Amino acid sequence: MHSHFILYQAESKMIKDACERLVEDANAMVVFLVDTNGQVLATAGDASDLDTTSLASLTAGNIAATSGMAKLMNEKEFTQIFHEGEKANLHISVLPAEAILLVIFDERSSLGLVRLRVRKSAQEIVNLLQTAKDKAHENQENAMPFAEITDDDIESLFSHS
Amino acid sequence: MSFINYSSKEINCKIVYYGPGLCGKTSNLNHIYQKTSPGIKGKMISLATETDRTLFFDFLPLSLGEIRGFKARFHLYTVPGQVFYDASRKLILKGVDGVIFVADSQKDRAEANQESMKNLVENLEEQGYSLGRLPFVLQYNKRDLPDVLPVEQLSKMLNTSGAPEFSATATNGEGVFPTLKCVAKQILQELRKGAK
Repeated sequence: MHSHFILYQAESKMIKDACERLVEDANAMVVFLVDTNGQVLATAGDASDLDTTSLASLTAGNIAATSGMAKLMNEKEFTQIFHEGEKANLHISVLPAEAILLVIFDERSSLGLVRLRVRKSAQEIVNLLQTAKDKAHENQENAMPFAEITDDDIESLFSHS
Repeated sequence: MSFINYSSKEINCKIVYYGPGLCGKTSNLNHIYQKTSPGIKGKMISLATETDRTLFFDFLPLSLGEIRGFKARFHLYTVPGQVFYDASRKLILKGVDGVIFVADSQKDRAEANQESMKNLVENLEEQGYSLGRLPFVLQYNKRDLPDVLPVEQLSKMLNTSGAPEFSATATNGEGVFPTLKCVAKQILQELRKGAK
């Protein structure tokens, strides 16, 4: 069967709250949780000016490429990447459970602080994500909202293109 | 693997355009980007070399509308077609929900099409997918050029799984949306099946 990952509201909120705490503790601008396929799982901080969809896709591509490089060097994984810009910096870390944590920060924080806070938050976020995945797996069979979709529903999506 | 988010009320699906180098994968995306209204498309990202060959991937997010209260969002990716970028292709196929194979109809590209199809099958198998079980559509592109193979012959060479197939000239848009619609419908039908 084709598999899906369903993120329910309760788990989504808990993950978002954990990311909000990380924004505060690390004095960061924005925190994203992205899955390794490039989907945004959670956003915290002020991301209103950011193209979150593209950023998530490129983050996943970046991590996939880095992971390919690690394999070529017989490393299991390079778990952290840091990009330094003039105004903003990116700290990207690979978490277990196929997730990527992206922290955007400026001169009000530092790489040391971000690394420390990410290390502290990572386990909590991974645990929450695992709970969400377990719940999604349990409910895979019966909780989908799409059992009732009709051919007309599908057709209507394309009526304007 | 489609991602359903109850909090933001979104279904996110990933569609990958596959095919040999210069077959028109990026042209498909360009046409979709140009012809969709700003409200439903995101930014198109193209990671290309100076000579316009796709280096890593092109990416275009599309929000087609609502289905049962959920926003249906499709993330379109192309893979680099050149043979030596196989590592990038494998990465992009990760978590794919549907594949569009763009074949170059020109006679002298017959071998390149077959090689790319073989590569697709192998790379999907590595991830536990098989063409027969995944939403899949073939597009025979560049029908406007002289010296193209008849569609029947292309079909015989490439379409072993009996997938839906379309003729196209991506540079002027012909066949681009029917191809995309077909695979998107298959993905949504899979969602329905998965729900039962």
